[in-house]
Amino acid sequence: MEGSFAVWTMFALMTAAAVMAVLLPLARARTADGGSDLAVYRDQLDEIGRDRDAGVIGAAEADAARIEVSRRIIAAAERSGATALEGAGGRRRVAALAALVAVPLVAIVGYGLRGQPGYPGQPLAERRQQAPGQNDIATLIARIEAHLAANPEDGRGWEVVAPVYLRLGRAGEAVRARANALRLLGATADREADLAEAQVAAGGGVVTAEAKAGLERAIALSADHPKAGYLLGLSAEQDGRPAEARAIWSRLIEIAPPNAPWLGVLRSEVARLGPADAPRPTASDIRGMVEGLAARLEADGTDFDGWLRLVRSYSVLGEADKARAAAASVRQRFGAEADKIGQLDALMRELGMGG
Amino acid sequence: MSPEIGHYALVLALALALFQSVVPVWGARKRDAALMGTADAVALGQCAFVAIAFAALTHAYLVSDFSVENVVLNSHSTKPLIYKISGVWGNHEGSMLLWVLILTLFSAFVALFGRNLPLPLKANVLAVQAWITAAFLLFILKTSNPFNRINPAPFEGRDLNPLLQDPGLAIHPPLLYLGYVGFSMSFAFAVAALIEGRIDAAWARWVRPWALTAWMFLTAGISMGSFWAYYELGWGGWWFWDPVENASLMPWLAGTALLHSAIVMEKREALKVWTVLLAILTFSLSLLGTFLVRSGVLTSVHAFAVDPERGIFILAILIAFIGGSLALYAWRAPMLRQGGIFAPVSREGALVLNNLFLTAACAAVFVGTLYPLALEALTGAKISVGPPFFNWTFGPLMVPLMVAMVFGPFLAWKRGDLLAAAQRMMAAFAAGIAAMLLTFAVTRGGPVLAPVFIGLAAYIIVGSLAEVAERVQLFRAPLATTLQRARGLPRSAWGTAVAHAGVGVMLIGIVGETCYRQELIVQMKPGDTVEVAGYQVTLTGLAPVQGPNYRDVVARLVLREGGVDAGILEPAKRVYTARNMPTTEAALKTRGFSQLYVSPGDVETSGSIALRFFYKPMVLLIWIGTLVMMLGGLLSLSDRRLRVGAPKPAARRAPAVQAAE
Repeated sequence: MEGSFAVWTMFALMTAAAVMAVLLPLARARTADGGSDLAVYRDQLDEIGRDRDAGVIGAAEADAARIEVSRRIIAAAERSGATALEGAGGRRRVAALAALVAVPLVAIVGYGLRGQPGYPGQPLAERRQQAPGQNDIATLIARIEAHLAANPEDGRGWEVVAPVYLRLGRAGEAVRARANALRLLGATADREADLAEAQVAAGGGVVTAEAKAGLERAIALSADHPKAGYLLGLSAEQDGRPAEARAIWSRLIEIAPPNAPWLGVLRSEVARLGPADAPRPTASDIRGMVEGLAARLEADGTDFDGWLRLVRSYSVLGEADKARAAAASVRQRFGAEADKIGQLDALMRELGMGG
Repeated sequence: MSPEIGHYALVLALALALFQSVVPVWGARKRDAALMGTADAVALGQCAFVAIAFAALTHAYLVSDFSVENVVLNSHSTKPLIYKISGVWGNHEGSMLLWVLILTLFSAFVALFGRNLPLPLKANVLAVQAWITAAFLLFILKTSNPFNRINPAPFEGRDLNPLLQDPGLAIHPPLLYLGYVGFSMSFAFAVAALIEGRIDAAWARWVRPWALTAWMFLTAGISMGSFWAYYELGWGGWWFWDPVENASLMPWLAGTALLHSAIVMEKREALKVWTVLLAILTFSLSLLGTFLVRSGVLTSVHAFAVDPERGIFILAILIAFIGGSLALYAWRAPMLRQGGIFAPVSREGALVLNNLFLTAACAAVFVGTLYPLALEALTGAKISVGPPFFNWTFGPLMVPLMVAMVFGPFLAWKRGDLLAAAQRMMAAFAAGIAAMLLTFAVTRGGPVLAPVFIGLAAYIIVGSLAEVAERVQLFRAPLATTLQRARGLPRSAWGTAVAHAGVGVMLIGIVGETCYRQELIVQMKPGDTVEVAGYQVTLTGLAPVQGPNYRDVVARLVLREGGVDAGILEPAKRVYTARNMPTTEAALKTRGFSQLYVSPGDVETSGSIALRFFYKPMVLLIWIGTLVMMLGGLLSLSDRRLRVGAPKPAARRAPAVQAAE
């Protein structure tokens, strides 16, 4: 059984308390000690008397009100006479059994689905005492920040704190620190690449135009810079040019020293892209094909399936107007053939261009 | 305290809720006192266990226990203490836990203080409460468990949404939930009455304090939310007809109708079936409000939950409770015995009129809020129903309601005399016309209708108080008699007058803000001065300020009024470091009930800053009005006496009445 003795003791005590909350009232011999509506109406009668004495209502109104309330009292008395409250041992035993069995069962099963009794709480203060290393980082950052607030022109300080920010996930501050270091200490390939890295982290992993410009400056300073090269490859991939990304990363692998720490990352990235495949048709190739189809149909418009293909192609290329125009000429040519128009309507609905 | 203890306590509460859902109803059916008697202790037990769970979660926030996912996602070790606490309910999981805590708290109150209730009624009420509790506990444990753990635990959290790091929003959700959940009590009473198949004036007496309490909290919650939006969102608006706001307004309108129809029921035993329906509708709208906000079907600043599984679960709860209770209503309501009769022109008639307008207004808000959602779900088209729709549907319904609201208390129960009432309201009419003329004389610009509305507001305030003034015979009897009568007057009468007057006060604020607002947007450099609403405002400088978990750029503005120093305003652009999220901190200068509102824009590289100035006349009266309304509710709640509406006897006995007066 995982979990500390204290936690399980607490669970047991709480379960016992829950069961007792049911058993105690069951064990108590009970009479019907609830209130009743008769009491409310009697109070209402008293209230009418008080109001009349205080002059809030007139005597005639008080009499009328008293008659009404008296009717309610008679009705309530008739009803309450009809029902007597009783207890039955059998039902009581069923309820007790439910308390003893069902309540703990629901609790244990319900908790068992998600609970982690073996995982103690981790208050931050305690963890700091147990892990002085982490504590050091917190105080280190605080000390550097204080120093930088006093000496904002200290480029070295910015350079020291930047990677710490990045590791803690404070990417925005990492960007600021890297930018300051670059400005104060002068541009190098390393600093340009580091700034771009922070910008990518701040952008949630996307290589922004700003980061890309920095990377290109870094490559201009040092053509084989591994970090800049890696991020440029990532940028190519994100722009939809995986072949280019593969080429950049493959070259970096070739020129890297055999024991370079970044080789593993690059190899797994190349593997992630999958095997190199045949060149895919580019957008302009597709456009050429579609225009060829359009020209052919212009010359000979009897090919119904060709027309449908054309409508679909235009829609895929994002040219809704041309797709509609093509659909209109289909309607003109095949207007007499209901089944074909039906097919067209179905296609238009599928493409989200209405019927 | 381990988070696991909280988790286990929550499951135990579910087990008890399931027990309570079944056994007391069974007991009530069989008239078995022992079974019915379990409801009290089990309700208290449930409340205790949910409280333990809530305490465990709060503890995890206080000690920054980042092994709890919920704490990681919504807290930060440097966050100020108050927001560590408010962070507990500043997120989906925690707020649902708060919802259930309040629900069980209400059940516990019934168990503790419901001694005057007949045993079967109490058992059924607590069982219905347990159905709701069980459904929501299942929902929490299945889809939104706040005690989910993370291993290994991160060393820092992601901080609470900065917009929510505000004292206003720290107390807004609890107030709102006290209102929403409070209406579960009237719902439980209504369903219990339907199960038993009988209902009478005494029922309304027992429901009254719960409905009033819920209404007051809901009023406070909505008002607080509106005030928060006013100063925190930086646009200076106080009501946006945002679906989330509408979600809280709908139960308020239905709840207000419920309060009034319950009065008729308690005093005159009429409108029974209607009151039960309203009780069901009010809580259904509360559930709907929870659904709208919690399922993520809306995209707005409030909706921080986006998860279809949750949405479907809440939808299922919604269908089960609303559909189930309405089906029960359709089946059992025809069996309920109808009560007293009354003439159309009477206090009852006026309250029915009030009910019609309130429910119609509620329906208008309902359509405006849900139509875009339904349309989007069915056709995918996204439309937005903006303020014009609500202004043209809700507004015209409110005006006759407010006119009639003042009339009502002047009419006698059972049969009233409109002309006589109008004669006694001369002071109110005069005040209205005087206020209208005065407004017309002293203001320039603004819509033509604005003075009319100011007149309406004055009519409401004077008319509401005139009813009390008449009953204590102010100025007509010697002062001593008046004071004596004022003491003798039931506090519920004072409550009515004060709450109605609060509506008038709020109306002044609304008209002042919407019709006479001044706005100025300027680009300012340090040293520049502008003139706004009689103030000379000088920008003396822009300064960075470091807060505990944010950085500010503060614009320091010096105000002078007619050459005399009138204080300093410091609006700020704020960036919360953990989420790198900017917010706008508006600055406010109060003059009487009016406010100067300054909202900063971005700082340009040239060193200038865009500043938006609004001058909002009488704006504070909007929220003061709601406070006055709540005070009215409090007065009425404190009146523990029974209420009897003495009917005006039929005409043939009229001479006797006159003799008595």
